[in-house]
Amino acid sequence: MTTSGSEGRLPAALRTEALEQLLTERGLINPAAMDRLVSDYETNVGPLNGAKVVARAWTDPQYRQRLLEDGTAAIKELGFSGRQGEHIVVVENTPTTHNVVVCTLCSCYPWPVLGLPPSWYKDPAYRSRMVCEPRTVLSEMGLELAGDVQIIVRDSTSEVRWMVLPERPAGTGHLTEEELVPLVSREAMVGVGKVEAP
Amino acid sequence: MDGIADMGGSQGWGRVRPPRPDEPVFAEAWQGRAFALTLLSIRVSGQNIDAFRHAQERLDRVAYLDDGYFGRWLNASELLLTDSAILAPGAIDARARNLRAEDVDEPPIPEPDKPDYAPAGPGSLRTVDSAPRFAVGERVRAKDMSPQGHTRLPGYARGHTGVVERIQPAAVLPDTNAEFLGENPQYVYTVRFESRELWGADAEPFVLTVEMFESYLETT
Repeated sequence: MTTSGSEGRLPAALRTEALEQLLTERGLINPAAMDRLVSDYETNVGPLNGAKVVARAWTDPQYRQRLLEDGTAAIKELGFSGRQGEHIVVVENTPTTHNVVVCTLCSCYPWPVLGLPPSWYKDPAYRSRMVCEPRTVLSEMGLELAGDVQIIVRDSTSEVRWMVLPERPAGTGHLTEEELVPLVSREAMVGVGKVEAP
Repeated sequence: MDGIADMGGSQGWGRVRPPRPDEPVFAEAWQGRAFALTLLSIRVSGQNIDAFRHAQERLDRVAYLDDGYFGRWLNASELLLTDSAILAPGAIDARARNLRAEDVDEPPIPEPDKPDYAPAGPGSLRTVDSAPRFAVGERVRAKDMSPQGHTRLPGYARGHTGVVERIQPAAVLPDTNAEFLGENPQYVYTVRFESRELWGADAEPFVLTVEMFESYLETT
C-alpha cells in the first residue's frame, strides 16, 4: 500500500485531512458528526466516569456487590454505557490480589468508564511486556507490590472489557462519595497504580 | 495472523512510558479527526469492528508503528475503504499531495463494492441455544494454530493449558466475522494460565487470563 514505503511518506496529519475531504465532498460523512465525536471523547467520556463508579462502590455496599456481579448493569445505573462497553467485568483489588489490565492484540479498553486509552497503554512496551513480566513493568511505572501479592494480568482479547475496583485507601473513612471521586486515578482503575489518601 | 499486532511477549520495545496525569485525549488535532474518521469509515465501508482489527493486523511495520495509535487507525481505515472500493488505492496520498500544492492526478472514484453482509443484531453479544462446552474449573488447552486470517488467539497462549475461570456471554467469532464468513456465535471463556506454563520455569510468579472463544479451546 502507498503508506508503507518510508521514502516520501506523507505526514499523518495531511493524510487525515485528505481522507476527511474525500469523504466529505462525496457526502459520505458529515464533519459536524465528526466534531461531536471528538468533543464527546474529549469532554464527556473519560476516567471521571469510572471514578464516580468507584466512589459509589466504596460508599454503598449494595452497589459494590451489584458492580462485582454485573459490571455493565451497575455502571449503566450511573448513566455510563456505549461503545466498547458492551460487557464490562469489574474485578476488585485487595491487599493480597492485584489485577492489571492489558490488550496485547490492539488496545481494547473500557471506553464508557475510562475514556480512550492513554499513550502508555497503547505503547508496544506495555502491550508486549505486561503479559510476561508484570511485576517488573509495574515497578517501572512506580508501583511496587509486596512479594506475596498475587498478580492477575487480564489480557483483553474479546469484547469483554475489564475494569479494576481499586482498594479504598486507609484514612479516607471520613470522606464523602463526592470527596472520594477526585482521588481515583485512571491508573488505579487499570491496575498500574493505587489510590492514595489525600 | 502472526503479524506485528500480536505483541504479547515480543521483545525489544524498551521500558514502558510512565503515566502522565495531564495527558490530553488527542495530543494533536489530527488524531481526533483520525479517531472520528475511523468510526465513520467502518460504517461507510459497510464493514465491522472485527474487519477493522483485521485491517490493523494486515498493516506492515511502518504503517502500524510510525504514526502511533491513531496513525494505524488511519491506515487501517484506508484499507477498509479501498477494500470496499469507496476509495481507489492511492486516493488519499494523491489528495494529500494536492493539499500541499503539488499537482498530481487523483485516481477516479471506483464503483463501490461493499461486502455482502448484515449483522444478525447490534454489537457482538449473541444468544446461542447450546450449553457451554467447557465448565468453570475445567482444564483446557488453547489450540496450537496459526491462522492466515484474523484471530484473537494470541500467539503466546497457543498450545498452553489453563483453567476456565469464568464463562462469558456468547459473542460473534471475530475470525469469521472479520472476513464476512458468518458470525459463528459461541461462548467466550476467561481462561487462567500460570506464568510458568506460558513463559517457563524462570518466569515471574503470576497468573494471567485470556478470553478464549470456544473454538480456540480443546480438552486436555
